[in-house]
This record gives sequence, structure tokens and C-alpha cells, in this order.
Amino acid sequence: MLTLLLALTIAFFLARAAGDPARQVLGNLASEQAVAALNKQLGYDRPLVVQYVSFIGDTLTGNFGESLRYSRSNLTLILERFPATLQLTAAALLIAIVIGGLLGLLSALRQGSLLDRIANFGTLVLLSLPLFWLGLMLAELFAVRFQLLPAGGHGEFRHLILPAVTLSGYVLGQIARLTRASMISVLREPYIALARAHGIGATRIAFVHALRNAALPVVTLIGVQSGMLMSGAVTVEFVFAWPGIGLLTTDAVLARDVPLVQALVVFGAIMFVAINLIVDITYAVIDPRTRAPRHG
Amino acid sequence: MVETVVAGNGDGVAAAVPRRHVWHRGTVQILATGIPLLLLAVAAVAAPWLPIPDAGAIDLSSSLSPPVWLDGGSWDHLLGTDQLGRDLATRLLWGARLTLLIAFSSTIIGAIVGTTLGMLAGYVRGWTDFAISRFVDAQLAIPFLLLAITIMTARGQSIGAIVAVLAIIGWAQYARVIRAEVLTLRSRPFILGLRIAGASPARIIFRHVLPNIADTLLVLATLQIGYVILAESALSFIGLGVASPDISWGAMLADGRELMTSAWWLVAFPGLSITIVVVLISLLGDGVKARFDPRARTR
Repeated sequence: MLTLLLALTIAFFLARAAGDPARQVLGNLASEQAVAALNKQLGYDRPLVVQYVSFIGDTLTGNFGESLRYSRSNLTLILERFPATLQLTAAALLIAIVIGGLLGLLSALRQGSLLDRIANFGTLVLLSLPLFWLGLMLAELFAVRFQLLPAGGHGEFRHLILPAVTLSGYVLGQIARLTRASMISVLREPYIALARAHGIGATRIAFVHALRNAALPVVTLIGVQSGMLMSGAVTVEFVFAWPGIGLLTTDAVLARDVPLVQALVVFGAIMFVAINLIVDITYAVIDPRTRAPRHG
Repeated sequence: MVETVVAGNGDGVAAAVPRRHVWHRGTVQILATGIPLLLLAVAAVAAPWLPIPDAGAIDLSSSLSPPVWLDGGSWDHLLGTDQLGRDLATRLLWGARLTLLIAFSSTIIGAIVGTTLGMLAGYVRGWTDFAISRFVDAQLAIPFLLLAITIMTARGQSIGAIVAVLAIIGWAQYARVIRAEVLTLRSRPFILGLRIAGASPARIIFRHVLPNIADTLLVLATLQIGYVILAESALSFIGLGVASPDISWGAMLADGRELMTSAWWLVAFPGLSITIVVVLISLLGDGVKARFDPRARTR
């Protein structure tokens, strides 16, 4: 909660103290009177402390202000677009967990093999490329060249494939690498040697005994990476014209809709803190050790 | 190349390799990745004096000509041209100037601020530590692109603003890692000895703590440069970063997007440049870690 409050404070001061939002909205050609009028309308003419207190108060009571461009409540706009983003990020996360996890698992079991080397280099490339560029390239290849999948649109399953695969890229690379490292260290544990001595098959050991413990760091990673997913969603939705929060963000940015942009940042921070809270709870469910009181 | 990648993927796997090999491999990897990067940086800095066409030289007669190996391509324009007939290879080199300048300066500013606060938090402890740590948590709780958008929409676009934004995004990472490092360092006997001997905290921090965390800092900063390059490209791509007539690789991607169906090379090569440079930087970081980080060698 304190983290969230501080995050809001940072967002507020960077936005207000940094510049002249009304001037940014209206452009350099606008008259001083018009700028002053908009500042008054947005309440930016009040002292900074007053603005800050009313901003925090509004946020806590769920008042996210009104968009300049749409003349509607920011919260309504965001919640309208939220399901599309949820669908996209959930699909991307699923792809990342299944493929990344499998890739990491197989690399760990076949250390030094050709598969391991290819996976290692492949994930390095995935972690090093701009996601939106991957999206543009995939769109060029599968939508324009081979005409297999649509590069835009929303509603059917086939529309989801390219954006979800694109968005999964970075997190997939992270999950594959962490799963590999985590599996390798778990497989060195004595209890794995014991299981092996009991004559339990290698496949069963890997999937049943080792994977559960190896999954712990990966769960934490997903929480940390959810911010990355949100940032990625902005550019990926922009590339594929996916009507989610990310596209709303780029639209708001291009229209210089300052109140909406600010509401989106607040919403993003709240989501991030909420996701990490869920991850902490999930962690306690998977790992009984973390339920015990922590040592000072 | 692939072999060095496998052995040095930085997940602590290096432990399996005998010690002298690690030293050797780290050095080889630093040279193999550092030299191409250095060449690129030198070429980018020297771009105005190189015998190549001007990045803004418009030649409408060769508008949208494809790379040399495709039908209609010519040796005059190795990687093709854009809609105004400007040479893509030249523009990539000119774009590298701003891309690298922004990446370096924001990484350095972020490192200085983050390291100072991290050392302060880890060494002084108490409420200073509490305040800085909460601040770091809060900073890390805002998705980076959203934070950047907040500042850029309020402040307007300029190179200085981009550098500031990227430095603000980066500092928390340094502060967190350095703080943890200093916390363990602080309990070491030689620091205690210095304190008993009456050395001032400032002297201990800058003369004795800083040299001991330099390895970690170097590795962190190297990896951070790659991250910053990606962040800059995303920012420029959605129209909030480098804007015409200035060129960076991210801005080139944004420009090329509209022409993509007719001229794929305008999008493919800037993105490829970013990817190759970030891959090299990340391999360089692994090499630096293997070579200099004492824990990667002994663990």
C-alpha cells in the first residue's frame, strides 16, 4: 500500500512538476489565454500541494477524472478496453509458460546438447529484440507474404495468434532461462539422488519431483515480469491495432490527452501491485516453507 | 560463437567449468563482442567525416530502391533507400550515433544516482535505508513505458528529456543491487577495522566500499545499456522519443512502419541492428561477469 502511494506520488510529481501539460495539449500555436483556460479547467492552476492532495483523494475514491478527447470518464474508458488486454496478456503468458517452461526443462535435462545450444541462443535473441519489431516482422511474414493470419482485428481466435505470440516473446525467453537454471540446481539436490536410487524413472523424477520445486523462482519471475508484459502490450497492441488498454494509451499519447494518460499510469501501477500480491499468495500455496514466520 | 554463448549464459552454470578456463573464456568473450561494438561506436562517432553520402541527402530518382541482392538493387545503396531516396545504410550509421549517445549517457547518469543512493542506504542503514528502499520499490512498481509516457507527455520531446526519462527508469535497479552488495560488505572485518580506526563514513564509502562493488556495477551497467536501447526504441516507436529530423534506430522503425508493405527493408534492418547490438552487449556483460565477478568464478 505504501509502495502504491509512493508510486502514485512519483507519477504525479513527474507529470506535473516536469512541465506544462496544457501547453503540450494545445501545442505551441495556442494563445496564452487558451492555455490558462485549460489549466483552470483541469485544475492545474491551483497550488501543487492542493493538486496533489485532491489527486490522491480522487484516486482512493475511484475518481480517475475525465478524458479530454472522449469527454467521458477515464475509468469507464479503461474498463471498456480492459477485457481485450486481459485476453491478450493471458494468452501471451500461457504461451510463455508452456513453451518457455518446456524449453527450459528439456535444456536442463539435455545440458550441452544441440537443443540446449539452440534454445540458449534463441532465448538470448528473444530477450534482445524490440517486441514491436518482432510483431512487425511476423505480420509481414504471416499476414502479407503467406496470408495465413490476419495482422489486425479482434474478435476471433485467429486474430489473437500473432499479437499473443509476439507479446509472449520476452517473457518466454526469461522463463526458459530461469526454468533451465532452476531445474539444474534442483536436480543436484540429494532428494533427487534418493529418488533415482529408488529406481524411479528419469521422466517421472523430472516432471513430478523436480519441476514443482524448480517452478518456485519462475512464479516470482512472472510477478516481476508482469510490468514488462504491460509495457510490451502498449507497443504490441499498437502494431496489431488490438483494441485494448495499450492502444488506448498510444491514442491518448498521440492526442496529448493528459488526464487519460495519467489515469492509465495510475491504473497500471495498481495492476502491477495487485499482480505481485497475487503472486505472493500463490507462492505461499505452492511452497509450505514460506508460510512459516520469517526470520528477522 | 555458439559455444561461448552456451558456457557463459550467466545462470551460475559456469561453476562446472574449471577455473583457468573461465578466465580464458571470459577474456575471449569480451574481445569477441567488445571489438565489434567498439568498431561500431567509432564508426558512428566518425560518421560525419567518413566518405559516405549524407544521411539527409535526398535523391528522388532512386526512391525506395531495394537492397543490393534483390531485383532492382544497386551497389550505390547497399541496404536500399527510403521513400526520399536516402541511403538506408548511411542512415543506420547516423542513427547509431543518437541511439548509442542516449544509451550511454542515460546509463551513466542512472548508474551514478543509483549507486550513490544504494551505497548510502546499505551503509548508513536506519531511516535513510528505509526511505530509499521504499522509493526504489515504488519506482519499480510503475511499468517503465507508462512512466516514460507520463514524463514525455507532460514535458514535451527533446533529447535531454529522453535521457532523463531513461536514467529515471534505470536508477532503481542499481540502487537495489548495490544496496544488497554493500549490506554484506559492511559486515566484513576490514570495514569494521576502518571504522574503529576513525575513518569518516564518506572516506570509507568512496575509498573502500566503491572499489569493492565496481565489478558488480560494471556488469550491471553493461546489461543496462542493452535494456536502455530497447526502451528508447519503444519510446521512439510510439512517437514519444527521438523525432524527425533527428534519427535513432527506434525513430527509423517508426518511420518505416507505414511503408512496410512496399519496402520491408526499412523496418527489417533498423530492428536487426538493435537486436545484434543488444545481443553483443549482453554477451559482453556475460564475459565481464565471468572475467571479473569473483562469485561467478568460485561459486
